[in-house]
Amino acid sequence: MDTEAAQRVSELRAARAKTPAAASAFSLALPYLALLAVAILFPLFGGGYWGVIATRACVYWVLVSGLNLVVGFAGQIAIGWVALLTLGAYTTSVFAAGNVTAPLPPYLALAIAAVVGAIFGLIVGLPALRLRTFYFAITTLGFATIVTQVALAWQSVTGGGVGVPGPVFPDPFASQWGFYYFCLALAAICTWMTANVATSRFGRALTAIRDAEVAAEASGIAKPRLLGTVFLFAGATAAVAGGLFASLQSYITPDAFTIDLSVLFFIAILIGGRSSILGPLLGTILLTVLPEFAAPLVAWSTFLYAVLLLVIVLAMPGGIAELLDFKNRRPLQSNRAIVPRPDLVARLLDAQGDTGTLTLDQVALSFGGVHAIDGLDLQIQPGQVHGLIGPNGSGKTTTLNVISGYYAPQRGAVMLGGKALPALAREARAHMRIARTFQTPRIVGSASVLENVMIGGTIDGRGTFVESLLSLPRHRRDEAMLRDTAMLALSAVGLERLAPVRADRLQHAELRFIEIARALMLRPRFLLLDEPAAGLSGEEIARLATLLLAIARAGTGVLLVEHHPDLIFDICHEVTVLNLGKTLAAGTPAEIRSHREVVNAYLGG
Amino acid sequence: MVTSIVLSGTAMGCIYALIAVTYNVMFSASRVFSFTAGTLGMIGGVLGSLFIIRMGLPVALGFLLALAGGALLGIVTEIVAVRPVLKSLDQHLYVLSTLALALMVQQFTAIEWSTEPLPFPRLLDIARVEFDQQFWLPMLACAFVIVSLELLYRHTLIGHAFLAIAEDNYAARALGLPERRLRMTSFALAGAIGALAGFAGGEMLLAFFANAPMLTFYGFVPVALGGMGNNRGAVVAGLLLGLFQQSANFLVGGIFASVAVFTVFIIVLLARPNGLVGSALQRRV
Repeated sequence: MDTEAAQRVSELRAARAKTPAAASAFSLALPYLALLAVAILFPLFGGGYWGVIATRACVYWVLVSGLNLVVGFAGQIAIGWVALLTLGAYTTSVFAAGNVTAPLPPYLALAIAAVVGAIFGLIVGLPALRLRTFYFAITTLGFATIVTQVALAWQSVTGGGVGVPGPVFPDPFASQWGFYYFCLALAAICTWMTANVATSRFGRALTAIRDAEVAAEASGIAKPRLLGTVFLFAGATAAVAGGLFASLQSYITPDAFTIDLSVLFFIAILIGGRSSILGPLLGTILLTVLPEFAAPLVAWSTFLYAVLLLVIVLAMPGGIAELLDFKNRRPLQSNRAIVPRPDLVARLLDAQGDTGTLTLDQVALSFGGVHAIDGLDLQIQPGQVHGLIGPNGSGKTTTLNVISGYYAPQRGAVMLGGKALPALAREARAHMRIARTFQTPRIVGSASVLENVMIGGTIDGRGTFVESLLSLPRHRRDEAMLRDTAMLALSAVGLERLAPVRADRLQHAELRFIEIARALMLRPRFLLLDEPAAGLSGEEIARLATLLLAIARAGTGVLLVEHHPDLIFDICHEVTVLNLGKTLAAGTPAEIRSHREVVNAYLGG
Repeated sequence: MVTSIVLSGTAMGCIYALIAVTYNVMFSASRVFSFTAGTLGMIGGVLGSLFIIRMGLPVALGFLLALAGGALLGIVTEIVAVRPVLKSLDQHLYVLSTLALALMVQQFTAIEWSTEPLPFPRLLDIARVEFDQQFWLPMLACAFVIVSLELLYRHTLIGHAFLAIAEDNYAARALGLPERRLRMTSFALAGAIGALAGFAGGEMLLAFFANAPMLTFYGFVPVALGGMGNNRGAVVAGLLLGLFQQSANFLVGGIFASVAVFTVFIIVLLARPNGLVGSALQRRV
C-alpha cells in the first residue's frame, strides 16, 4: 500500500511540474514588480502636482482592487460604490476630528472606517442575492444618492455643506511623499491580496457564479456566503480608500463624492477586463492620469468616460486584459483528439465504502397542467450505469433536475441510502457527493480549462477566505491539491494538453469532457450525466463509453440520460424508459431491446 | 396642507408612473431595462424650456418638437445601446451600454445647457389657482397615455404586433412580423412618453440635467413594485410612491423622505423580488 501511495504522489508531482502556471509564477508577477519599481522611484522625477496625481491613483486603486472582485470577478453590477468611499471618508474624518467622541488617532479612525465600510458593503451588496441585475444596479445608485444626502443633512456630525477637515497622518506620513508612500504601500498590499484571492478557489468560484451559475451551484459553491465575504472585503477597502481620500483632499464636502467618481471606478475595471487584476490596475492609472493630459477637456471627462464605456462594451468586452493575453492567441492544434485514460479514474475516485442506493420513490412534478414526471420510481445502484431514455418531453432532464435539487417534487421523495434528500438544496448535493453535467455545457469561457476543472473541487479546500487573502500555508496546500487533482482528472478524460488554454476556444466535444472532469473532482458517489454524447463523433462516443464504465467500476453510480441507443445498450447495467413522465419499461438492456412497446414507440422496428 | 400634499403627491406620482411606462414600453419590445428612461424625462423638460423660453417658439410647436426630440433619443437608444447587445442578453451588457448613453446625454446637457435648474414656461396662460396646471397637466398626461396605450394594444393591428413581440419574440418573427422595425417604433414611442412626462411636469421639476438620475431611480420604483411590463401596476405603484414621498417630505423633511422611500423600496423588493403583483418562474437548467 505504501508503494502505491508513493507512486501516486510521484505521479502527481510529475503532473504538477508539467503545469505551466506554477512554472511561470515569476513571469506573472513581473508586470506588478515593474509597476511597483516605477512607483517607488516616482518621487525622483515627478513634480509636486504629479505627486498628488500619483497618490490619487494609489487611493483609487485601493478601492478599485476590492470592487474588482465584486464587478470583475463576481460580475455584480455595483455602480454606486462611491457611497462606500463617502462613508469611509466621513467616518475617518469625523472620528479623527472628534465631532462625536474625543479625537481619535487617525490610524484608529481609519480602522473604524474599515469596519463600518465592511458592514455597509454587506448591506449594499446583499440585495444582489435576490434581485435581477438591473434592479441591483439601481439600488446601488440609490444608495449612493442617499449617502450624499445624509452627509449633507447631518450637520452636527458631518458639517453639512461646510464639510469637515480630513485626517492628518502623523510623521513619517505627514509630508507629501511620506503620505504617497503610505498610500502606495496600502495599494501594493491590496494588489497582493486580491491577486491571491483571484488565483484561489474563491476567485474561481466567483467567476463561476458570474458565468456559469448553475455549474457553481452543482459544485457546491454557496453563493450567499461567498458574495457576502467579498462584499465585506470590498466595503472595507473602499472605506479605507475613503479615509485616504479625505486626507489627500485635506477637507471634504458632499460635493467631492459625485456619481462621476463611481463611474470612473466602474469603468477602470471594465477597461481593464474581467477576471483580471493587472488590467483594472492599468485602467485605474490610465483614467486617473488621462484628464491631466487634456486640461481643456476636464469638464468633459465624465462624458468621455461614458463614451469609453460604450466603446468598450460594444467593441472590446475583454478589455486590456484580453489585449495583453498573448499566449491565448497562438493557434491551437486543429486535429486534436480526446484520448481518455480510464485507468486513471480509479485513482481519482478512491474507494468510498458502502454508500447506499439513490432512490426515487413515486416522484411527481407538473408544470401547470403538464405532468413532467408522474409517479416515477427509480433506483440507481453504486457501481452501475443506469440509462434513462425516452422521447423528447418524457421527463428525463426533469428527473435529473429533481435529483440535483433544481425542482422540488410535488409528491414522493428522493432518497440516498434510505434518507430523504432536502428539496431544492442544490449546493448540498455536492457535499453528498452527487455530481452532474449539463445538456449545454456550463463553462467559464474566460478561465483556463484547468481552472474550470478546479472549480469542481471547490468544496474540498480547507483554507478560509482570509487565509487565501494572505496566502497562508493552508491556502497554498489547497491550491496544490486542487491543481494536482484537476490535472489527474484532465488526464483521465484525455484533455491534459489543453489545461492552460482559455475554455471558450475549445470545441463542443471537448467542453463535454471538461464537464465530466469537473464533476469527477467531487469524487462523486453518484454522477448524473445529461446527454453527454450529444454532438460527439462515433469514435468519441466509444471513448466516452470506456470512460463511463471505468467510473462505474470505481464504485460510482452513473445516471445516464441519453438519446444514443447504442451507447445506452453497450454500457448500461440497467435501463429505464420514460414516456410522458411515466416508466414505460425497466430492465436490463437485453430486456428493453426486446420490449415490444419500447421498440414500437421509441426505438423503431 | 393636506390638499397640497395630495395634489403634489398625485402629480409627482403621475410623472413617476409615466417614466415607469417608458421603462415598460422599452422592456416589452426588447427585454431590456434602459437607464435612459429618466434621461428622456429630463430631456422633455430641457427641450421644452429651450424651445419655448430660449427660442421663443409657440407652446404647441415647442411641445411637438420636445416630443419629437424624445422620440429621436428613444431611437438612438435602440440603435446605439440596445440592438448591438441584444444577442447576448444573458451577459447584461445592456445595463452598461444604456448607462453609458444616459451619462453621455446627461453630461452633454449639463455642459451645453446649464448645470443649474432653469425655469420651465407656464404652458397655459391662466391664473394660478390651488388646483393649478402644474398639478393637473401631469395627471392629464398620465391618464391620456394609459388610455391611449390600452386602446393601441387592444384595438389596433400594430398594437397586437407589439403585444406579440413582447409575448414571444421568436414566434413573432417566425410569423413574419418586422421585429426590428417594431422595436424601433416602440423605442420612439417610449421616448415620446418619457419626454411628455418631463414636459408635463416641467413646472414642478424645472429644466435641470440632474432630473435624469432622479427620474431614472424614482421611475424605476413603480416598475419594480408594479411588476415588469405591467402598466396598470406601474400607475398604482407610481401614485403610491408620489403620495408617500410628498407626505414624508412635508412631515419629516426631504432627506428623510428619500431615505424612507429607499428603505421601503429595498424592503418590499427583497420580500417580493417580482413586484407586488408579479410572479415569474424561470427555467434555468
